[in-house]
This record gives sequence, C-alpha cells and structure tokens, in this order.
Amino acid sequence: MKVDQLSIFLENRAGRLAEVTKVLSDNGINIRALSLADTSDFGILRLIVSDFEKARAKLKENGFTVGRTSVVAVVVDDTPGGLHRLLEMLGKHNVNVEYMYAFVQQSGKNAVIIFRFDRIDQAIEILQQNGIPIIPGDKLYAM
Amino acid sequence: MIFDIKKETMPREELRELQLVRLKTQVERVYATVPFYRKKFDELGIKPSDVKTLKDLSLLPFTEKQDLRNHYPFGLFAVPRENIVRLHASSGTTGKATVVGYTQRDIETWAECMARCFMTAGAKRGDTIHNAYGYGLFTGGLGAHYGVERLGATVVPVSGGGTKRQAMLLRDFASDVICCTPSYALHLHEAALEVGIDIKKLPLRIGIFGAEPWTDEMRRDIEGKLGIKALDIYGLSEIMGPGVGIECVEAQNGLHMQEDHFFCEIIDPLTGESLPEGSVGELVITTLTKEGIPLIRYRTRDLTSLSFEPCTCGRTFARMSRIMGRSDDMLIIRGVNVFPSQIESILLETQGLTPHYLLIVDRDGPLDTLEVQVEVDEKLFSDEIKNLQRLEQQIQKNIKEFLGVSAKVKLVEPKGIARSEGKAKRILDKRKDCKN
Repeated sequence: MKVDQLSIFLENRAGRLAEVTKVLSDNGINIRALSLADTSDFGILRLIVSDFEKARAKLKENGFTVGRTSVVAVVVDDTPGGLHRLLEMLGKHNVNVEYMYAFVQQSGKNAVIIFRFDRIDQAIEILQQNGIPIIPGDKLYAM
Repeated sequence: MIFDIKKETMPREELRELQLVRLKTQVERVYATVPFYRKKFDELGIKPSDVKTLKDLSLLPFTEKQDLRNHYPFGLFAVPRENIVRLHASSGTTGKATVVGYTQRDIETWAECMARCFMTAGAKRGDTIHNAYGYGLFTGGLGAHYGVERLGATVVPVSGGGTKRQAMLLRDFASDVICCTPSYALHLHEAALEVGIDIKKLPLRIGIFGAEPWTDEMRRDIEGKLGIKALDIYGLSEIMGPGVGIECVEAQNGLHMQEDHFFCEIIDPLTGESLPEGSVGELVITTLTKEGIPLIRYRTRDLTSLSFEPCTCGRTFARMSRIMGRSDDMLIIRGVNVFPSQIESILLETQGLTPHYLLIVDRDGPLDTLEVQVEVDEKLFSDEIKNLQRLEQQIQKNIKEFLGVSAKVKLVEPKGIARSEGKAKRILDKRKDCKN
C-alpha cells in the first residue's frame, strides 16, 4: 500500500531545479506529483515518478543526493470537509502527519493526497479500517 | 614483549647521553659532507664543536621540505652515490618529489626500527603479517617488509589493490597481523563481506595503520568491524619511512618514538621556539644515526605533543600524541587557533560519521567569519526540513562549545571531495586574497 517517493537535496541556486527536470526529461521519466520545501540555503524536492528506480539511478549518476521515503497516497472526496474527516480520524490515534501535498485527478471528482506519516503502518491500518481508498504504488506510477 | 630491551627501556638519563654522542657525530658529518648544511652553519656562525649539550640543538637551523626539493634529486646526500643502495621518493603531488637515499646500514637500521614497532604492536616471531602497504617508491611497503623479516615473522607482500583477492589470502594464510592505511582496512572489510568472508571471524588480531590521518572514532569502528586491536604507526620518508614511532599494544596511548635514532622536539610553528613537554606544536626531528641523507631539525609540519611519562609497557621512549593536523593547515579565526581536524572530530561526534566538509574563512569588516560547509550525502540526508535544520544547529552549537568560535553551518550538495585520499582540500581562506 506504500508509495516510493524520491527526495532530492537541492542547494538554493538558479537553475538547479531545472537540472533535475532535465535528467528526468532526458530519460523519459514522468512526474506524477511533486512538492518543494525550502529554507534560505537549501530545499528538498519530493517527487512521485513513473519509474522510481530509474529516476533514482539517473539522478545519482548526475551527482544528486537522493533518498527513498515511503508515503501513502489517499483518495479524498473533493467536497468540503473531506480532508478534515480524515485528519481527525488519524489525530484520534495519535498518528502525526510529517508533511503532505495534494493533486486533483483529471476527473475533478477526487483529490489525491500524499502523506508522510510518523507511523506509516498504523496509519494504513486506520485508513483501511475506515474504508478510505488508498492508491497503491503500481497504480499511482502508471496513472 | 620488547624487541631490543636494552635500548627501548634505557633510563632516560642514559638515553640523553647516547643521543648527545650521536648528535655530535651527526652534526660533524653534515658539516663535513653536505654543502647545504656547511653554508647554513657558516651563515649562522656555528661550528660543530659549539654543540656541547642537547640544549645546543636550538642553535642549529631548521630543515624544510622545500630544502629537499631545492636540492632535487641528490643534493642533500651525505655519502658518495655508490654507497646508496636504495632510493625512495614522495609522490610529488604538492610540488617536486622529495628523494631520499639509504646506505646499507640505513636499511638495516630501518628494518630494526620496524621490527621493534611490530613487536611494540604485539606481533611476534612466527606470526604471518599481511602487508598491504604499496610497494615501490613509496616507503610503506618495503619498509614494513624488511621489518617483518627482521622480526623473524612471515611477510605476505601483497601490496595494494585486488581487494577481494586480499580478503581470500587473509583467510587462506590465516594472517595474524595486517598493515595498511586505516581507510583501506575498512574497504577491505566491506569487500571481504561481498565474497562471504567476515574478517572478524578470522584469526587476525592486530592491525598496524598509518600513512594517513585518522581518528579515535575510526579506530573504534575498525576494531569493532574487524575484531582486532588497531594501532597507529608514524613515519615519513624524509626521516626514514614507517617506523619512526608506534603505539604499544599494552597502553594504546601515544606513539613511542624511537628516540635513540630520532631526536624529537616540539616547536611553536609560528615563532620556531622549542616548547616544553606536553605542549601542542610542530614536531621537529633530527636523525641521529642516518648516513644517506641525515637531516637536522626537520620540520615535519605535523602538530602533536610529547610525553616523557613512564609507560605501562616498560618502554622509556617518549610518547607522541595522535597527529592533530598540519601546521600549514592551522587557521587563526578571531584569535583562536582552529585545525580542520578539530572540526572533523566535531562532525564525527555530532553525526557518528565523517562527512565531507569545507571550511571557508572570510572577513566581514574587521571580523573573521567561518562557514563550515557540510556535504549532504545519503547517510545524512532526510526528506524532512526540520531534521536537516536540527543537524545544522547541532553542529553549530558543538563548534561554539568545543572551539569557542561561532560558525555558520551550511549544508551543501556533494562536490566529490575525496575522503580517503588524505589530501582533500579542506580550507578556503578568502582573507588571503584581500591582503594585497
């Protein structure tokens, strides 16, 4: 049920992000979802891509520091309160969200939210028990 | 066990007498045979007969690495070329190579010093010693080789490279002792595991490591992974090669210097003044018995201290503390002496591993500034900003606490600073650029 997310360490300088996208583009790798967190000195780019292993290998070859993080992709109703219900459920069980980012699917009916939890296995269990749809890695990469 | 009990446990008074006799002979020899020294002595108005006590050594001039380069290749030799039986040379990566020559007697002295070192480290007659120091112009391989033979042990002259094969030889020959660089020991450990050999389970019991700077943290790492005692050996080609000093297996606390052959002093690297026992400064060595290329007060550039406290192993030779850095690497930041090795230790303590780093010193108005760039490799990396910021703050706090200097810590992407080479560029002093 887990999704492999690529995390890339980036120094804050002009053109550095473009170097990442160039490596991905040159190797025919598609980006499914992304988020960029930054400080004044550095940033962390988090990506879900069509081919995790290839993207990681190619980025490493090009001198980037990359990490693998297990995240969970959850389908949330695209209606008011959809996300709130979910967070409340997790909060009750003391599962903490380290960070999250979202994208809306083409249909416009659902939003997909990528979560990084402090206790991922417990989070998955809670989501499943409550019938919240989780998108497994294989499906997400091929979306 | 002690290889030469008479010399190595000599009362210090007697040792001083022996050193003085040898020093006088040496000073006469260089004055008579090396024009470079004759000229230097004459310029300072010194005659060999002026050296009456060991204290008079401070009258004598220093010899620097540049002096060897300026007299490339044989200009500082003190014997006719036909008496030289062996030549070694440094790699010359930081300038012209320095060439050293040995007479037959020098080779014997060297072998004896190395044999003493092996025994000091706990090796004995009948042991099998895996020698992975490089053979060739570099003094490590052949220096250790002759020492093993002199000890009466079995040498495996494997030299460098072919690491997986080395792991197999280590197992098949059931070697008791290994000598190589400390980083190679860790590399060998990993390569061995790849071919299904756990060095920890082999009979190997002692590692003799030198030829590059290393830390106590690295020692613990090696000892844990290889299941051996790891001992630090010191030497430099200008003085002899490996075997100038070594830790004893009993105390594992400071390197015993072979003082009957090498007179050791600690000086202030800035003023050149001799410093008392225990002070940290630059190690200066005068060779007392060398024939081929005797050196007077050779500035090693290595920073350390000496202790004459009696050692539990019974040896009376002075003990040198682990090399703290190079005097040419010393930075003065807002009046505080800072060595890259100190920053390295702090990084090690903060994270438990040696990240690659660069120190950038600059000036902001009248104030010196220090920025420590730490490369973020996969081991340090976290996908969470707060973890990386915590790391920056922790390093910053530890530098302030241990060195009393405020530094800005900046995490940067890897730029391929080589770690195990020992010649990595660690300092960028921008203040030097603004002086003129």
